[in-house]
Amino acid sequence: MMSTGKTARVNLIGLSKTDYNGGASTLCQGCGHNSIANQIIQVAYELNIQPHQMIKLSGIGCSSKSPAYFLGRSHGFNSLHGRMPSIATGALMANHTLNAIGVSGDGDTASIGMGQFKHMMRRNVRMVYIVENNGVYGLTKGQFSATADEGQELKYAGSNELPPIDICMEAIMAGCGFVARSFSGDAKQVRELLKAALSHRGTAVLDIISPCVAFNNHDSSTKSYTYGKDHEEQLHDIGWVAPQEEIVIDEYAPGEMKVVEMHDGSHLQLRKLDEDYDPTSKMGALHRLLWAQEKQEFITGLIYYDGERHNLAEASHLPATGLANLPEAKLRPSADSLQKIMSSLM
Amino acid sequence: MGVINLAPDETAVAHQNVAGERPSIVNDFSIVAATANGTGSQTANMAILRALFKMGIPVNGKNIFPSNIQGLPTWYHIRVSHEGYVARRHTSELLIAFNPATVDQDIQMLPPGGVCIYNEDWRTVPQRNDITTYGIPVNQFIRDTGFKGKQKDYVANMVYVGAVAQLLGIPLQKIEDALDYHFNGRRKLIDANMAIVRDAFEWTAENIQKKDPYTVAEMNATAGQLMITGNEAGALGSIFGGVSFVAWYPITPSTSLVDGLNDYLPQLRRDPETGEKTYAVVQSEDELAAIGMLLGAGWAGARAMTATSGPGISLMSEFAGLGYFAEIPAVIWDIQRVGPSTGLPTRTGQGDVLSTYYLGHGDTKNVILLPATVGECFTFGTTSFDLAETLQTPVFVLSDLDLGMNNWMTEPFAYPTEPLKRGKVLTAEEVQQKGFARYKDVDGDGIGYRTLPGNEHPLGAWFARGTGHNEKAVYSEKSEDWVQNMARLQHKFDTARQLVPAPVVDHNDAANIGIIAYGSTKFAIDEARDRLAADGLATSFLRLRALPVNETVAEFVAQHDRVYVIELNRDGQVHNILQTEMPELATKLISLAHLDGMPLTARWVVEAILNREEK
Repeated sequence: MMSTGKTARVNLIGLSKTDYNGGASTLCQGCGHNSIANQIIQVAYELNIQPHQMIKLSGIGCSSKSPAYFLGRSHGFNSLHGRMPSIATGALMANHTLNAIGVSGDGDTASIGMGQFKHMMRRNVRMVYIVENNGVYGLTKGQFSATADEGQELKYAGSNELPPIDICMEAIMAGCGFVARSFSGDAKQVRELLKAALSHRGTAVLDIISPCVAFNNHDSSTKSYTYGKDHEEQLHDIGWVAPQEEIVIDEYAPGEMKVVEMHDGSHLQLRKLDEDYDPTSKMGALHRLLWAQEKQEFITGLIYYDGERHNLAEASHLPATGLANLPEAKLRPSADSLQKIMSSLM
Repeated sequence: MGVINLAPDETAVAHQNVAGERPSIVNDFSIVAATANGTGSQTANMAILRALFKMGIPVNGKNIFPSNIQGLPTWYHIRVSHEGYVARRHTSELLIAFNPATVDQDIQMLPPGGVCIYNEDWRTVPQRNDITTYGIPVNQFIRDTGFKGKQKDYVANMVYVGAVAQLLGIPLQKIEDALDYHFNGRRKLIDANMAIVRDAFEWTAENIQKKDPYTVAEMNATAGQLMITGNEAGALGSIFGGVSFVAWYPITPSTSLVDGLNDYLPQLRRDPETGEKTYAVVQSEDELAAIGMLLGAGWAGARAMTATSGPGISLMSEFAGLGYFAEIPAVIWDIQRVGPSTGLPTRTGQGDVLSTYYLGHGDTKNVILLPATVGECFTFGTTSFDLAETLQTPVFVLSDLDLGMNNWMTEPFAYPTEPLKRGKVLTAEEVQQKGFARYKDVDGDGIGYRTLPGNEHPLGAWFARGTGHNEKAVYSEKSEDWVQNMARLQHKFDTARQLVPAPVVDHNDAANIGIIAYGSTKFAIDEARDRLAADGLATSFLRLRALPVNETVAEFVAQHDRVYVIELNRDGQVHNILQTEMPELATKLISLAHLDGMPLTARWVVEAILNREEK
């Protein structure tokens, strides 16, 4: 570039990182959701994503506000509480050439939106579905969500007597082929999982524990910073390699490296820390999640992966051009064809 | 009831009976076939209906069916009218009594001089000495065919087709033509059915002496026409209107509209070589998800539609408000049934107009189309998408079960002459030239410009939201932004008044009274107006084809002393809307609302108007 003074660094498509910024966040200072928004910006920049080729979607809640805070050059849709999956499904069937990031929360996904969430997994719509999970309703000031821990105390809501819903287990059971969990404070892992998720051919769920600084950051909650730091157990170190980059096998411990090939040709390198963990086994994934739940620990990393299932657009035999961009000649059949139908009805 | 009873079609039979003379009554009566559903009686009924149609006689068939798969009573009404009337009649002169469970009440419904064709093998058949009865030994035919089990019911139905053909004078060839249509030319099925029909036809000729006056004779009144249901017509219309995305959840009586889409889309919109489709149909988990998918697809630029009925409309409420407020095109067909709640799911009504007009909380108002004929179901397939994209808002098409699920005669549908109206959508180049503020009223019509996801211009994106926003679609809680935006939405709604299909007005200079109605009640009202005119009461008629209304309606009301608003609901829903829209004329509007689950009859309209006029 120029030799004169400071030049903004740009990525391979000539965009600077600020080109991926959104509006200023109105969430609480220190909210885990802001950190996740920042990682989305960083990842979009690093992956050279064209902003106009991305759509961002959300439901209602603190988490669902965050699409306004990243990728300001992308179209966005902040929809209804718990209904982001249907909006996303329609948008991505109308134009399946777009990439999509949806941001939801634990209330938005695991309570009001559980039905749409599970049906989206079942349909395998190609998008990244992030759950910013803090176990509490923030915007309405501190009610328990369905992912709140059993026995947990909240200032106004009292004690939670009901067992939590595990979003990762629900996703796996509903047929999701990319299920991962992370912690908003672990920026590197969030980034690597986001990159891999964006390469997945179907719905990729990232359940990111994101502590609520205002209403749920008690040490007793599994969704607090301190609890997260003390009880996080990583399944593996994660590295993500873009399709155009060469895969370099880690020279130190090749025997412990598992390379997961993504549908678009990119690779996810998992360094096994948890002995014998295999993210391609559905039974194993569910077993590991149940085990962690019993121990009140949360495991992070790619918990389950299956890249074989067709996504909804593939199963629908859509043309290369998005339906939204088809010309009238493709949309309206000929006068002759109407004439034939009319004759057949006489 | 009034003193005057102007219902000649209901009394003609009695007159002839009293006189003791039996002149033929040709092409002017009704038939009701009483059967149990799930027995295949629909094939038999359609065979009779289409055979009459192929004889050139104006006909209409109405299926009065239960919310059930098998075994409950079903009545199929066929009206034969050389005058071309197709509305339901209160009385049927010919009863095909093939359901022992309902035969007692069915026979009581016959007028004096009526005819009952029944299964002679039943142990007891209610007797009336003022009707003609013909017993058919159905078991004998079944034995002869060798059919067993469930097929026996099916055979029994074809037996009455043969008997009715003989008694009325329907040529066997016309029945065969009708079965050929029904079975799509599959010879084996046609022959098997015709064998039974022919046996019964011949048996009837040899064993029954006709004592009733009802006959049919060939006419030339249906040449060039076809028969189709409103739902099939709506499906075809939507396909020729360029639908590209469908999301839906099964619900009677709208399901057959989506069936129509699923039948015709693969023929018309799939590349035969590559198998690629220029459409997608998603069966959603509920109606709420269905409309959510429409708004996602409409936002992204597809022509998106669904079909549902009252309970689905209720579920769509929150999304309807979002569609109105975020200004996203979508088309929602509501094939109305009878509610509230599950109500009468297989009966017809017009009870969703008021709730749909305001569907959504806050100050939501929606554009509604009101088709009355299968032809309008077809044309509104295009109109609805054009309006949704032009106005950038959800558009509701309110049909009903009678129009949607029954077969109606029609001229062939004309191919659309105008290109698709895709509305104000900016390309990247246009964003560069004109700039872009999503909700700015650039043209003074209240309609902003939008861009679609994928627009390459760095300033081409916008953020759709249900939260308060300013002209640039940025979140705003400022009072002035709210007021301005809602005023613009109201202005856009006023623009819609001139863009929606105009009312059809039949103005009669001699008339002091007017009628306003909408949808499929048109046919009963057309007939009722003829009868009122014959009795010296002139009427004008304005048929609404859409909401919101424009000044045409107020002018019509102003031109008459009294205007009757006729509709199939209890509360006079459109009467309510019109009174609100034109308060200065409100006292001229008189509600004639009626809902018993059945299609409206001319008799009801005549009596209701005369009752009021005599007061």
